Amino acid sequence: MKKDIILAGVGGQGILSIAAIIGYAAMENGLNLKQAEVHGMSQRGGDVQSHLRISDKEIYSDLIPQGGADLIISVEPMEALRYMPYLSQNGWFITNTTPFVNIPNYPDTEELMNEVKAIPNHVAINADQIAKDIGANRSMNIVMLGAASLFLDIPYEKLEEGIKFVFGRKGEEVLDANLKAMKAGKDFAEENKI
Amino acid sequence: MKKLMLLGDEAIAQGALDAGLSGAYGYPGTPSTEIVEYIQRNREAIERNVHRTWSANEKTAMEEALGMSYAGKRVIATMKHVGLNVAADPYMNSALTGANGGVIVAVADDPSMHSSQNEQDSRYYAKFALMPALEPSNQQEAYEMPFMAYEISEKYHLPVMIRLTTRLAHSRAGIKRREVLNENDLQKPENPNQFMLLPAYARKKYKHLLAIQKELVKESENSPFNKYMKGEDKSLGIIACGLGFNYLMENFEAGKCPYPILKIGQYPLPGKQIEKIINECKNILVVEEGMPLVEEMLNGFLGNKKVKGRLNGTIPRDGELNPQIIRRALNLPELPSLAIPEIVTGRPPALCVGCPHIDTYKALNEVLKPYGKGHVFSDIGCYTLGFLPPYKAIDTCVDMGASVSMAVGAADAGLFPAVAAIGDSTFGHSGITPLLDAVISKSNIVVIIMDNDIIAMTGMQDSQVTGRIEDICMGVGVEKEHIRIINPLSRHHEENVKVIKEELNYNGVSVIIPRRPCIHVYAKRKKKS
Repeated sequence: MKKDIILAGVGGQGILSIAAIIGYAAMENGLNLKQAEVHGMSQRGGDVQSHLRISDKEIYSDLIPQGGADLIISVEPMEALRYMPYLSQNGWFITNTTPFVNIPNYPDTEELMNEVKAIPNHVAINADQIAKDIGANRSMNIVMLGAASLFLDIPYEKLEEGIKFVFGRKGEEVLDANLKAMKAGKDFAEENKI
Repeated sequence: MKKLMLLGDEAIAQGALDAGLSGAYGYPGTPSTEIVEYIQRNREAIERNVHRTWSANEKTAMEEALGMSYAGKRVIATMKHVGLNVAADPYMNSALTGANGGVIVAVADDPSMHSSQNEQDSRYYAKFALMPALEPSNQQEAYEMPFMAYEISEKYHLPVMIRLTTRLAHSRAGIKRREVLNENDLQKPENPNQFMLLPAYARKKYKHLLAIQKELVKESENSPFNKYMKGEDKSLGIIACGLGFNYLMENFEAGKCPYPILKIGQYPLPGKQIEKIINECKNILVVEEGMPLVEEMLNGFLGNKKVKGRLNGTIPRDGELNPQIIRRALNLPELPSLAIPEIVTGRPPALCVGCPHIDTYKALNEVLKPYGKGHVFSDIGCYTLGFLPPYKAIDTCVDMGASVSMAVGAADAGLFPAVAAIGDSTFGHSGITPLLDAVISKSNIVVIIMDNDIIAMTGMQDSQVTGRIEDICMGVGVEKEHIRIINPLSRHHEENVKVIKEELNYNGVSVIIPRRPCIHVYAKRKKKS
């Protein structure tokens, strides 16, 4: 078993929480794991990514080779496209469709979505809207995790445990919102998977 | 025992703690910050009362570490690569004084300059100081190495460097812990001359340092961190240092490399194994993260056609390594991969919405407009982003504290206005001494100390000078009436412009302190209350 995952977004959008939950679930499942993060200057509204590698064998590189990623999970559509060189030929591309516009020259969103739709294995999901609809405004990232959960080969209950591990200390309300968000993301992906 | 999921930085911290650490000294700097941060929040470290507050800068950190070593305790000094430049004076001399309690100098390099002003390879510093260095290839080694480092440090009475790079510093993996060692007892040096570097003593110590180099090579030859791995195909031998080993192995199914490999994790280089691989193999590929230190040593001045790496272009001369680069160096076919769609644009980091620096820069820009560009010397921190549009408010960024000293030099040359724009913690790190120069030479400068209450860029560490800035400036000799506090908010814009103008027109040293907490600190405090 091997899953190489690129997590992408803009600094502050919560990709490290996604990584922490998958990481916890993988460890609990007895798998090896390496997770490279971006700290420092880019976290100030710049593009950030995390390379998450899970395997039942020894993992060498902390970075995923280009053309080697099984999954790109992105909380922002342009950021998802930035990591296209990493996607393997049979890899899945799972992205939020809500743009995060903090630059003056952000591309036309329709053209951007056309690029996304041209990718054979893609799931495009308006995670911001879904999070709002279920009253979990701050859990857009966990909606994305839910959508990706179908592709992770990790039991869903383990991911739920991961959410409890990461959000447990923040009180029941936050925990429930995130569990609901993950479920909503999973349901959407199940209905809309090609 | 359950594995701990740790960043490379955190693994070093946990390793040092488990190897009997009594104190951590450092100054925040990406990618080294998380070493001290981990110790600051670690329950066992708190219970043991391990020293863990930030130092004013890397030089004081290194000296404080030496003091703790003098008292017999195990200690770690942490910094980023450019921080070692700041600490270079005590660092170099610590090779002569040596250590009493074990000393680790943990330095995190940042190839590709993700968050840095330059690319440096700290292994050169280890070689320069004739000090042993350890370089982990993974998180488990990062955890194990402090144990070995303290052993060597106390055996040879010599500090030991642990060098790591961004990618390992900020990558997580599971760590198996070892049995925890007790801290050392308080114990002054046996030799009362040990830390005395009067020339007559220093000469003897230098001879001693030179004399033990052979033994350090032997240590490397017997080290578990230097491994010779056999390979059938001797048309190529590969010397892989630190993280480079991973990128190499990534390119072979199940780690089965056909070529002999010498994996390096401890310096000075293990002479025996180096000789073996050179004699055994037709060509040598050197894979090292950072600068071509090993490659240069193998090449010598006359060159060696057998040796390939960064110097002959097999691997790019600058920047961080990755699996593709090594794949190309091995002449393996590339994995099919797509290009980035043209529609994707860059998203550079920027000042956050609501950041106090924005209002400071707006006021400063208005005041300086009549004078044109080229008058603001700045420094290292979030506010360096003020160089970018739409602010375009500053003109220089060189090293910690250089804003004040460069403004002094430019004013001395006759440039007017000469403004320094520096953050509160950078001022505490290296801005105070040039301010003293300015006072003594009566330089006509305005120093803007942007006080946001925190070390923001590296992720919210406590600033040493919070609550002390005015006192420090007065203590250095800046006149009280020319130390002005402003509130960087748009509703105070006119007032702030007026204050800056007034101080610009004062012929002497002025300090203006725009004071408002970093927006993230503000948000956190609001949440708490």
